[in-house]
Amino acid sequence: MAPTPGFEYVRPSSVEDAVATVSGDPTAAYLAGGTTQLDLVLKDRVISPQRLVDITRLPLRGVTRTSDGLQVAAMTTMEELAADPTVTRELPLVREALLSGASTQLRNMATIGGNLLQRTRCRYFRDPTVAACNKRDPGSGCAAVTGHARMHAILGASEHCIASHASDLCVALVALDAVAHLQSMGGLSHVPLTEFYRVPGDRPDRETVLEHGELVTAIGIPLLPPGTRSSYLKVRDRASYEFALTSAAAALVVEHDVIRFARLALGGVGTVPWRAYEAEGILVGAPVSEGAFRAAAEAAVNDPFTVSGTEFKVELAKRTVVRVLQTVARNAS
Amino acid sequence: MKIVVALRVNEAAARLSLDGPETLLDALRDQMGLEGTKKGCDQGACGACTVLLDGKRVLSCLTLAAQCDGHEVTTVEGLAPDGGVHPVQAAFIRHDAFQCGYCTPGQIMSAVALLDEGRAGSDEEIREFMSGNLCRCAAYPNIVAAIRDVAGEVASHGADSGV
Ligand SMILES: Cc1cc2nc3c(=O)[nH]c(=O)nc-3n(C[C@H](O)[C@H](O)[C@H](O)COP(=O)(O)OP(=O)(O)OC[C@H]3O[C@@H](n4cnc5c(N)ncnc54)[C@H](O)[C@@H]3O)c2cc1C
Ligand code: SF4
Ligand code: FES
Ligand code: FES
Repeated sequence: MAPTPGFEYVRPSSVEDAVATVSGDPTAAYLAGGTTQLDLVLKDRVISPQRLVDITRLPLRGVTRTSDGLQVAAMTTMEELAADPTVTRELPLVREALLSGASTQLRNMATIGGNLLQRTRCRYFRDPTVAACNKRDPGSGCAAVTGHARMHAILGASEHCIASHASDLCVALVALDAVAHLQSMGGLSHVPLTEFYRVPGDRPDRETVLEHGELVTAIGIPLLPPGTRSSYLKVRDRASYEFALTSAAAALVVEHDVIRFARLALGGVGTVPWRAYEAEGILVGAPVSEGAFRAAAEAAVNDPFTVSGTEFKVELAKRTVVRVLQTVARNAS
Repeated sequence: MKIVVALRVNEAAARLSLDGPETLLDALRDQMGLEGTKKGCDQGACGACTVLLDGKRVLSCLTLAAQCDGHEVTTVEGLAPDGGVHPVQAAFIRHDAFQCGYCTPGQIMSAVALLDEGRAGSDEEIREFMSGNLCRCAAYPNIVAAIRDVAGEVASHGADSGV
């Protein structure tokens, strides 16, 4: 057995202290629930920070109702957010996305901030004996494109990287126009989640707009218009405790069988949580119909990049979109 | 430099001297001699290492022992007073809810938490919210039966006492 990786465990006394500690040390990293971080550091050993800065004791926990939405502090756990009364009543797509993810044990540990920043499940990324991975080692190639691909992305993907963003929650959050609150040495800033993730292009190692040391302190979730119905549908290889092959979050307002408002995002198929703006445009003003749903699905899965092993996802993703829209429309009318 | 943490394990005070990277699972098994908590995958995938942290179920293989400073840990050894069995343990025995027994402590800790969460309303709900505990021997039907049995006891006891 190789020796246990060494790192210093530190516990900052304040948000400012945490940000200063990580910002000032390129070898430091944040530790929240640890369900991604300790997996990668201690178990897979694909990253080796010298200092882990435990942020779970910072006063960044809890959900607050604001005038136009929810403010979710970054250390709130997935189980805590799923149990929030506003989420339960008004944001079923968020609750369903949360509860479809991981297991109860993991959801009791995993934080919302960490969920946003979880790393891909690409098995080549997580195996340090594989040399070719542009995400781990820029310019080294991509083992997945010619290897075993299944859990991988078809949207926003290219021969440089086909790693999918594995979060369920983030699919619902991009559909809702959620906003990340970030604290850096320079101060506080706000970034819409749809602009937070970078489509990889030829730099898959750069996953988000976050600078080293920048801390996600909260996520703002705007509420939906009154009368909106929403849902999250996850399709996977086993019934529970598995990542998505494809998924979709949808929210609709339907009046007299006509769609007045639509939000749609896809998971399991995107290199980033994938908002389907064009499909939303097709849905608004259209009658509730199989034809409109199928047209939206075609637009949502436009121009896919597939490799051997991911071709099936093109049709599966479209059917996932149609089915989630059918479910929501049935409840909405 | 060693980090010293003070926590409570099964209602007793415990002090650990740590380098930093030790997981709660290794600290329980190797430093405190509590080997009831099992190491299956050691990577967050199987649930064998499930313990309660401040009453909530978590995976001890992906928790740093240092993160438990000031917190309360309950392992399978702490479910019932010495020599006794917890109602969930008794139900697992009654329903033959294990074969090799390796996943069992994790299953039991998870089931205790599941009942506390109020998620044992139907077999379907039990299966969904126990899905983080894998059983290589596939004792699943008996595990569900054992949990259903305890949930029924809790429900009827609650009705009797007017709770
Ligand atoms: C077996 C298994 C199954 C899973 N299944 C699912 C699933 O089905 N669906 C799903 O969505 N997820 C799933 N997950 C992933 C899980 O949801 C994430 O690991 C978790 O949300 C990460 O949160 P954490 O608090 O544990 O973060 P950590 O592991 O502590 O951190 C993750 C990363 O984020 C950084 N970080 C954390 N918080 C902040 C912050 N506030 N600001 C800046 N950086 C930060 C850390 O430095 C690290 O790089 C699964 C995980 C496992 C192990
Ligand atoms: S898909 Fe991305 S993460 Fe996976 S091997 Fe290729 S470059 Fe690495
Ligand atoms: S040993 Fe912790 S989940 Fe398998
Ligand atoms: S009883 Fe053998 S693994 Fe569950």
